[in-house]
Amino acid sequence: MFHTEAHAPENRHYEQLREFIREQIDKPGPLIQVLHRAQEIFGYLPMEVQDFVAREMNIPHSEVYSVVTFYNFFRTEPIGDHIINVCLGTACHVKGAQLILDALADELDIHVGGTTEDRFFTLSTARCFGACGLAPAMMIDEEVYGKLTVDKARKAIREFRKTTEKK
Amino acid sequence: MKKRLDVLVCGGAACIASHSQDFKNRLIEVVKDHDLEDEINIIETGCMGPCELGPVMVVYPDGAFYIRLKPEYAQRIVEEHFLKGRPVEEFLWQAPEARKIVEEKRQIPFFEKQHKVVLENCGRIDPENLNEYIGNDGYQALARCLTEMTPDVVIDTVTSSGLRGRGGAGFPTGLKWKLARRSAGDVKYVVCNADEGDPGAFMDRAILEGDPHSVIEGMAISGFAVGASRGFVYVRAEYPLAVRRLRRALEQAREAGLLGESILESDFSFDLEIRIGAGAFVCGEETALMASVEGHRGMPSPKPPYPSEQGLWEKPTVINNVETLANLRHIILKGAEWFAAMGTAKSKGTKVFALSGNVTNTGLVEVPMGITLREIVYDVGGGIPGNKALKAVQTGGPSGGCIPAEHLDTPIDYESLAELGSIMGSGGLIVLDEDNCMVNMAKFFLEFCVEESCGQCSPCRIGLKQMLRVLERITRGEGRLEDLDDLERMAGTIKATSLCGLGQSAPNPVLSTLKYFRDEYEAHIREKRCPALVCTDLITYTILADKCTGCTACARKCPVNAISGEVKKIHVIDQGICIHCGACFEACKFDAIERR
Repeated sequence: MFHTEAHAPENRHYEQLREFIREQIDKPGPLIQVLHRAQEIFGYLPMEVQDFVAREMNIPHSEVYSVVTFYNFFRTEPIGDHIINVCLGTACHVKGAQLILDALADELDIHVGGTTEDRFFTLSTARCFGACGLAPAMMIDEEVYGKLTVDKARKAIREFRKTTEKK
Repeated sequence: MKKRLDVLVCGGAACIASHSQDFKNRLIEVVKDHDLEDEINIIETGCMGPCELGPVMVVYPDGAFYIRLKPEYAQRIVEEHFLKGRPVEEFLWQAPEARKIVEEKRQIPFFEKQHKVVLENCGRIDPENLNEYIGNDGYQALARCLTEMTPDVVIDTVTSSGLRGRGGAGFPTGLKWKLARRSAGDVKYVVCNADEGDPGAFMDRAILEGDPHSVIEGMAISGFAVGASRGFVYVRAEYPLAVRRLRRALEQAREAGLLGESILESDFSFDLEIRIGAGAFVCGEETALMASVEGHRGMPSPKPPYPSEQGLWEKPTVINNVETLANLRHIILKGAEWFAAMGTAKSKGTKVFALSGNVTNTGLVEVPMGITLREIVYDVGGGIPGNKALKAVQTGGPSGGCIPAEHLDTPIDYESLAELGSIMGSGGLIVLDEDNCMVNMAKFFLEFCVEESCGQCSPCRIGLKQMLRVLERITRGEGRLEDLDDLERMAGTIKATSLCGLGQSAPNPVLSTLKYFRDEYEAHIREKRCPALVCTDLITYTILADKCTGCTACARKCPVNAISGEVKKIHVIDQGICIHCGACFEACKFDAIERR
């Protein structure tokens, strides 16, 4: 992702976002869809990006900020290159999701919500991604890992790092 | 052209997570190697239901049901089954009792008691292929509405079918439409609520992924009935596959002239747009959902005005749940009487449930209304693993409650579940056994609602937080008996005074567990004991002198150095230092640590 580039006032990423805003601006109520795109482009929504969206859409920055901070999905802090989401939905909860989460926090030596020093992993939680049949489950980026045990979860992130770094 | 064998590989979310696509790709390769492409039709379908067994595959015409597939099985399946007609028995589903091989999918108990209406196509057709949907009477219902029916007749049909909203509250769908149709104005909207936020619910996800056209057709029918030409599908950002399949389906429907201007040469024009949510549970509430579609913070607003009078951008709006919409085509094609013949006096049709928790067959099931919880848990769900005792069934997510084992024979409908202190909800059904602590469950749901409260009204924002503090105290062993009355009193106030459905229903999990499992609360308070051994602060670990070999494994694992003892001598845990983490319990190979 492009953390540093969010701070450069003009670059191709902003151009990309500007184009998307132009496509959406005449549709009714486009702000949330614009923020989704912005987060896809920049990885998160720092003040600079929020301000850009406000100016391009001709709405107050406060309105953009109020929406960004309301929804769990939008992030104002940069994250690591890969995000681990441990599901804390009901089915996962009754099958010991908290133990998995604690073990991963221990394995990565970070708090929940934190990012490893090398910016490789961010450890986060999810509300339920509907893989209840595979509880307890987690996702690394878009891939679901199900029927976890503490050991399986630890092994999964070690292997993920190994295979990703090889590429 | 009909091929010799139809091979359906499940592409539901759970099977994909179990790598069904690796298996499918390998199968395609092997079929190609044997030059069987002209004889074998391989299709990736939506969710077939038995998620726990995935990846699964059915081979028709005989209906052989393969489970837990791996890419390396493909070779044998092709050579023995596809070429020589002998299903590979060791990969087929087998009845647990007799290790009897069941060759036909429909004879498997998991499927036997189910009655698939909404899920008819899920797991049977390729969700990315419009022609397969059309081949199964797809868009016939819309065509009938446009050519043979008036909007009023459509509304009457839906009304007399008895269909009620499947999102949880159970409002009669026909009545909702009638109110919106009667509202003045040229511009009206229909909205599909696909913001399935209850943890433990994945019915809508499976429908959108497995049969997206049935939802699109349902929305077009509702648009025709109420006089709307524009619709929105509000879907969770957490469901990328559902969004992808829905997008594809929308493109196909537009290309085929089933959405857009003058559909099927009638004067009805209708189109749809997808709006992706951004992770806020409260947006499942209809007024909050509309605020979010409009691009604002998803804050609920007072009713009246109801959405049917003033909804999106203050225009009359009908909001229906995914499963409700997927029922419509069947009602139009098979008639109101057919639909009303299923179910109980006040709850008609079928209901899709997401069965999970401590049950053998987790997955997606569709059953007629009026079936008992016992039939769902034991017949369809295969009972509790490890022969443990069932304690309760949780329905309705954070707005629902826990139904104890003694009420398992209650027939399921909207009214009977409400009488028991729970709700039908959207369909999450979580089985809890003796190892689940009910106080912890109540705390879990309350934590959820505290975090998801939008914060605009104080009973919900402040009241739930106070209830949570009390529960936290109880689970730490610092509760007082008066706390239980306080909890009930606060719950009553919050239910009576909160602005929206989230706050009004958030105390339900606490109230229903207090009603049926008060003894568990009292054990936490009086005896400082968690009977299910879940609440960590109340668990005590002690080393049994007669079993300890002095191997030091526990002492080495203890993160706070609470265990002392020399090699080959009995170890002791210092209870003053112990943080109850259980690391020693896991580490001990001699069962020498007792957990109480």
